[in-house]
Amino acid sequence: MRASANIEAARAPSKAERRSRLADNEQWLGRAMLAPAIVYIIALVGLPFLLALAYSVTNVTVGNTDVRFVGLENFVDALHNPTFLRSLRNTFLFAFISQGLVIVLASFLAAALQKDFRGKWLVRLLILLPWVAPISLGTIGWLWIFEPIYSVINWTLRSIHVFGPNTWPIWLGQANLALASVITVHVWRLLPLATVIVLGGFSSIPQDIHDAASVDGAGFWRRHFQITVPLVLPIMLVAMLFGLIFAFTDMIVIYVLTRGGPYDTTQVLASLAFFTGIEGGNLAGGAAYALFLFPLLAASAVFLLRVARRAEVV
Amino acid sequence: MAVDGVDLATREGEFLVLLGPSGCGKTTLLRMIAGLEHQSAGDVLIGGKVVNDLPPRARKIAMVFQSYALYPHMTVAKNIAFPLKAQGVDSRTIPDRVQRAAAMFGIQRLLDRKPRQLSGGERQRVALARAMVREPDVFLLDEPLSNLDAKLRTMARDELQQFQRRMGTTTIYVTHDQVEAMGLGDRIAVMSQGKVRQLGRPQDVYYEPADTFVAGFLGSPPMNFFERGDLIAGFRPEQFLPKSAHEGTDPLITLWFHVHRIENLGASRLLYGNLRDVFQKEKVIANVPSTMHLHITPGSAYEFAIKDKDVKYFDRATGLRADAKPFWDGR
Amino acid sequence: MTPAALKRLGARGVNVALLAAFAAFASFPFAWMLITTFKQTPDLLDPNHNPFVYHQPPTLEHLRVLFFETLFGRWVANTLFVGISVVVITLLLAIPAGYSLARLSGQIGEKLGIAIFLTYLVPSTILFIPLSRVISTLHLQDSLLSLVLVYPSFTVPFCTWLLMGFFKVVPRDLEEAAMIDGLSRFGAFVRVIMPMSIAGVLTVIIFTFTLVTQEFVYGLTFITAASNLTLSVGVPTFLVRGDVYFWGSLMGACFIASVPVAILYNFFVDRFIAGFTVGSVKG
Repeated sequence: MRASANIEAARAPSKAERRSRLADNEQWLGRAMLAPAIVYIIALVGLPFLLALAYSVTNVTVGNTDVRFVGLENFVDALHNPTFLRSLRNTFLFAFISQGLVIVLASFLAAALQKDFRGKWLVRLLILLPWVAPISLGTIGWLWIFEPIYSVINWTLRSIHVFGPNTWPIWLGQANLALASVITVHVWRLLPLATVIVLGGFSSIPQDIHDAASVDGAGFWRRHFQITVPLVLPIMLVAMLFGLIFAFTDMIVIYVLTRGGPYDTTQVLASLAFFTGIEGGNLAGGAAYALFLFPLLAASAVFLLRVARRAEVV
Repeated sequence: MAVDGVDLATREGEFLVLLGPSGCGKTTLLRMIAGLEHQSAGDVLIGGKVVNDLPPRARKIAMVFQSYALYPHMTVAKNIAFPLKAQGVDSRTIPDRVQRAAAMFGIQRLLDRKPRQLSGGERQRVALARAMVREPDVFLLDEPLSNLDAKLRTMARDELQQFQRRMGTTTIYVTHDQVEAMGLGDRIAVMSQGKVRQLGRPQDVYYEPADTFVAGFLGSPPMNFFERGDLIAGFRPEQFLPKSAHEGTDPLITLWFHVHRIENLGASRLLYGNLRDVFQKEKVIANVPSTMHLHITPGSAYEFAIKDKDVKYFDRATGLRADAKPFWDGR
Repeated sequence: MTPAALKRLGARGVNVALLAAFAAFASFPFAWMLITTFKQTPDLLDPNHNPFVYHQPPTLEHLRVLFFETLFGRWVANTLFVGISVVVITLLLAIPAGYSLARLSGQIGEKLGIAIFLTYLVPSTILFIPLSRVISTLHLQDSLLSLVLVYPSFTVPFCTWLLMGFFKVVPRDLEEAAMIDGLSRFGAFVRVIMPMSIAGVLTVIIFTFTLVTQEFVYGLTFITAASNLTLSVGVPTFLVRGDVYFWGSLMGACFIASVPVAILYNFFVDRFIAGFTVGSVKG
């Protein structure tokens, strides 16, 4: 009896104890520390996203105040709009071609960067420049390189007689050349990130495994294709998916380099959405165009997660 | 230098152990034999042939790494088959050989699993099976038991030795664990700082050490050392027994042993303390089997003795083994 | 030379050539920017001149124009202001969130962390239209504060995920020892974990800053008054008079705004990648 009375007294917390409990209460603490970030994200990503959905099913523009619900009209109109269809095609074209090139080039580059050598830091710095520099500024550099009259590419190729006197490609003025130019800038910009990710993948393979393969009888190529590549594949896929996502949603390169020209031949969904929604004032149309991206992105994200999970990256 | 002037020859079918502390060069030496590292001078010969310029895969060797280095993306069966495929063996014979190699180590039921689904002991067997499937001329092992827990290690040691005796393949085994070395090796090469200090059978290396390093490295607890003039005298704890316990007529050296602490380890007892008189500062350990009845309490001194012939002498300057001198000379 | 050594030399040669080609491809636009900045305009705009050579002596005229006759300096100041503000906000939000996810949220923590990371992938090109209306409703259009408000929406998700990775790697033993020694969980976080995570925090700072300097879409959408632009938007759109591009100054601006940040970033890229590829090959 007396023992239990003592226990009761021992249990009641003092005021100081109650206060310190809060700082220790992990559930409360965890939520409190997480809440601001979550609130911010919901407010500035979640809500605008819902708003975009809302716009896309109305006829809202910057000017009018008479807003009404129009269902999927904007989306249907888009599918009948040749410019939109071309933008859709371009979005895929740019994304897949540039990513394909990037992944192949990145593998070679990462393989070349594996060993240490003098001056490696400098090579790495140079190779990273395209990704770190602000996208718009790097692209302007390319604008100058592709300039119709003063293009350094043309001058150089003409002076070493690769171009004859009648060959003077207008890189950004002819449809096919413009497409190629945009792809070039995309590859230029995305190669560093992919390389670094693949390089990380290469380094995460323990040296022991390469040694064991050597002792087991594998020559260089067998080691590369039967050991290194399968082990790096998950990471390469992650890099590629990241790149695809960036490429799908990019509008900066298009905006700076070609403004979507010549005559809308290099438009992509993102840039079309911008021109329609902001410069054109057609908020609903622009939102609809942009939202076509969403299923693509969601699918890519799910795929990325599955691959990353298998590679134990995420 | 990682490896400095090593001149070593194994005998056909022998189990040679390279023993030494970390950084002594034993792993580097093993990797040079394998062809994974290049020696700056000297030759490696396998089967009488100089193999310096041959890559690892051409040397007819097999290696088991400390981490086992199993290919994580392949099943056990594919892991074991890999060396055969790499050497271009007729693919029809491969499944059979894989089965036989797996059976050798009792892992047939694991053939469809991936390495990450296996326990440490199972992975080790897969590594061994993969090494054996090619029927190599030389078997190189780099501390393959160090990742196993203690109980498993003893069992694995036993199996490994039986296996090697059966196959008769020349084996070079690297370890820092002297118990393993003593248990497994036909001969042991004790290494330190890139040099081989002594090469000999376990009993030679243990009872007739070539220098203070070998004497101190082998044996647990380590040999008791103290200075005797310009020599160092050493004797092993298990040879330091109560005077009354010595049998036979060999001449004895009697020392008073002041015991501070006793550790009862079950099979034996370790007595920690110092000697009296002239050797007051010297700490010594005695290792007395539990089967011997003792009435020893910490804090008292007792008359202990070593057989005269069990004391080894080493030159103080070089550490090398020197001739015996009368114990009580030269304070 | 032995055939083996010859083969090794050949392989090295291919390696060097490959790296040289890539390095040249990557850095050529910047080298080109540098050359162009110092070329006198008549030299620059003569199609017959070898562009790699200075036919007239190099000049600082373009830089002078850039700094004294354009809003370049203003844009730099704007970018710095936005950058620093956003870094502060991001740190305040992402550090506690990252810790909470790493230590305090258990199973849900994993999933929540991934969910937060995924919001980073929602592109600004979907959000910028509704956000532009929100900004104008708040009367923040043309103000740098609009950017300060909106940028954390993409810096916070990514940095939270990055920090979650960093905090996970710090051994739990340390916090537990601190808590036994008398600190509360929060105290342990502040006094033990934070000092050990300086590398992670620095990475977040650098990364956030570069994200801010790179951002274009929101900057272009929310701000139209030239004097309130950031570098990333101002340089491509306003260093143009009519149809004429002032290439010299333009290239100078690009170079100055890109290369120093790149060099700084280079020091942190290793950690950034470590955040990406934590322990992928096991077994």
